[in-house]
Amino acid sequence: MERTISFTLNGKPASVKADDERMLLWVLRSDLGLTGTKFGCGEALCGACTVIVNKQAVRSCVTPVKDIAGKQVTTIEGLGPNGLHAIQQAFLKHHAFQCGFCTPGMIMNAYALLLQTPKPTDEQIIAHMDDNLCRCGAHVRIVEAIREAAGAAQGGA
Amino acid sequence: MQAVETQGVSRRGFLALAGPGLFVFFGVERTGAYQEPARLPSRQGGPSDFNAYLRIGADGRVTCFAGKVELGQGCKTVLAQILAEELDVAYDSVDVVLSDTDVCPFDMGTFGSMNVPVLGPALRAAGAEARAVLLQMASERLQIPVDRLQVKAGVVSDPAAPGKSVAYGQLVEGKRIERHLERVPVKPVKTYAVVGRPAARKDALEKVSGKAKYAADFAFPGLLHARMVKLPAYGAKMTDVDTSAAEKFGARVVKDGDMVAVLHERPDLADHALGLVKAQFDRPPASVDDKSIFDHLLETAPQFQPAGRPAGDVAAGEKLAAAIVEETYLNSYVAHAPMETHSATAIVENGKVTVWASTQAPFTVKTQVAQAVGFSPQNVRVVAPYVGGGFGGKTAGPQAVDAARLAKITGKPVQVVWSREEEFFFDTFRPAAVFRIRAGLSSAGKIVSWDGRVVGAGDREARPFYDIPNQRTVSAGGWQGGNPAGMHPFGVGAWRAPSVNTNTFARESHMDALAAKAGVDPLEFRLNHLSDARMRRVLETAAKQFGWKAGKAPSGRGIGVACGTYSTAYSAAMAEVAVDKSTGRVQVKRLVSVLDVGLTVNPDGMRQQMEGCIIMGMGYALTEEVHFKDGEVLDRNFDSYALPRFSWLPKIETVLIDNPETPATGGGEPPIVTIGAVLANAIYDAAGSRVLQLPMIPERVLSALKKG
Repeated sequence: MERTISFTLNGKPASVKADDERMLLWVLRSDLGLTGTKFGCGEALCGACTVIVNKQAVRSCVTPVKDIAGKQVTTIEGLGPNGLHAIQQAFLKHHAFQCGFCTPGMIMNAYALLLQTPKPTDEQIIAHMDDNLCRCGAHVRIVEAIREAAGAAQGGA
Repeated sequence: MQAVETQGVSRRGFLALAGPGLFVFFGVERTGAYQEPARLPSRQGGPSDFNAYLRIGADGRVTCFAGKVELGQGCKTVLAQILAEELDVAYDSVDVVLSDTDVCPFDMGTFGSMNVPVLGPALRAAGAEARAVLLQMASERLQIPVDRLQVKAGVVSDPAAPGKSVAYGQLVEGKRIERHLERVPVKPVKTYAVVGRPAARKDALEKVSGKAKYAADFAFPGLLHARMVKLPAYGAKMTDVDTSAAEKFGARVVKDGDMVAVLHERPDLADHALGLVKAQFDRPPASVDDKSIFDHLLETAPQFQPAGRPAGDVAAGEKLAAAIVEETYLNSYVAHAPMETHSATAIVENGKVTVWASTQAPFTVKTQVAQAVGFSPQNVRVVAPYVGGGFGGKTAGPQAVDAARLAKITGKPVQVVWSREEEFFFDTFRPAAVFRIRAGLSSAGKIVSWDGRVVGAGDREARPFYDIPNQRTVSAGGWQGGNPAGMHPFGVGAWRAPSVNTNTFARESHMDALAAKAGVDPLEFRLNHLSDARMRRVLETAAKQFGWKAGKAPSGRGIGVACGTYSTAYSAAMAEVAVDKSTGRVQVKRLVSVLDVGLTVNPDGMRQQMEGCIIMGMGYALTEEVHFKDGEVLDRNFDSYALPRFSWLPKIETVLIDNPETPATGGGEPPIVTIGAVLANAIYDAAGSRVLQLPMIPERVLSALKKG
């Protein structure tokens, strides 16, 4: 059913007129022009489309837009409105990417981890990130970056 | 400027886009527009006109132009390092413009680890010559002889005359200069200050901020998203199609030749409309599947061709053997599976088509698009923006051709993005292969004969580099094409280090089998057959890093070694694994990788490639294989096609051999070639059974354990 759905997007009020069964990924990318969130598989199997809805990481390719009505949505574009977030800075410093296509999803999923678990162990990082796929093999650096971001976040950044 | 005007349309387009600034003209062989591949002298050749590669702006910033594509391998970064080094400008002052056919010099494509070894020298020469011209200009400006001048960070000065200096930007302000100097030497390697040191990646900020644009991130008013009616199986032909429901839904339908496309302004609604299309197909019979493929390859292979130089007499060598070891090694088809599926956005404006495409070869795609839409090449512009992984799978651009065709037909901008299912279906897989090796071992533990026959993979690095007096390796069919029809039942192509993963797996597995037969430590056995100093050095370095303790395999420790060559690079790997003998599951605990590529431009970037090769290599070694039956690819997403994950991570250690005086070889491929074999050898050492087929999935490990 097409209707107007209102929510908070990257800290600002937003609304879209759309069939409410459409997936959030496509509404973000096509209707709202936020292309930082990527399509990788369409079946919640790779994590490239990960965004934050009410502090939880969700796979936007399988999240109907009706489910976000009234909620807080954060995408890679809204993570560091005044510059890079500590996680982005850590990814940059460690070169925790190669092609960069999985990177927004990796960063958003790591962000959700640190919201829930500000000081994760390596085992917790790996378990939380395990369903986000990276074909280039930047995994070692991604773990290092998250570890460092966790330390930096606690340091009062 | 006159000289520029005579260069033709492409050159004028280049200048218009590049804006004012100094073009360092060298006047070498002005053969014409440097975007035209047909006029280039050699396969690897870029333009002989060096100004194609660089521009120095009035603000002193340097722009490097190259036809390479940033796939994640870090070429933006290393090209900036090379140019900064030769020009004596700050690395941070170099911008890099890549893979735009309107402004970048021709490049045949980004594959084969050719960025640094092939483009690098051309860029060094251009930078060195530009620097020499600028020094001359500074000398005239400052009235100081060139030999008293120095350059630091783009500022020319006389150390003996404080205050007398001029920046490159000041030299070029408001001027255009044509000056040419011949045979300007490049910098000696030992004076390098930028090359050879880790550099911050040029693509980092865009990629961590979500601003990096990929081919599907370009949008225009009126953009239509196109989805093609898919074939259910290889060789299927559409016999009937009913698109009325899709049209009723609001999609536009285009039928052109064998293409049936539905288009909608929302990508997901285009997907929905595609689901409403009813099509009938004729499917050819397809008897081969992922189990019968190996017999099929042997039955359909063409004549064997020599792979490398034979030596001695294999039959005579076998007569000297105390033991013969013969095995057949198999590997399945493997997908590229880049995270970004093939994507393209095309727009036609004023009789010119521009296509942003995820491709490793924008100039090839330009030719393909020009042919498909009937435009002259100068009216086709292809840009490869950031590309979300290639690995050899994006060396053409069928999606770009489709987008351009549809943009021309509809008069609207059109975007084509393959679904993950299409990415698996249309992929050009790493070929399945059968490699039989029969080798003779003397009572003294020396290999006296080697007879290798590889079918399906291709001949690269198939001949052993070991000291074997009597040897012959032959190859039939491969990834390059030209195979008998139906030999490979679907598309095959280059997959990161084409041929060489297969051939290294077979050779290095067999070396281990021979070492075990001889009762000799597998490292020592290799060194006993190696006189190549660079190969010995990577092995010995790996042993030191790993803490290799000699022992006869299987020792139960789960350790393995393998080494390999690719192009002129040398790599060695050592691994430690644990094998769960009840499930057959393999856990890689530690992996040491050593690489000698000669000069390394960006050591940190090289380590990224090594880490990526280890992880991607673990995929083809342990889980990745394409399942198929009845002409259908059964793997359609990442549920059944299992990529490496975080939970797989072993302790990874990378060691780069310091070898700066040896010309650079690319490093994006060599470290992956050993991973199949090093894990197979470590599994053998752990469990006492050799797994002869990649990937070494639990059921194959269990099956090998049962055989003993």
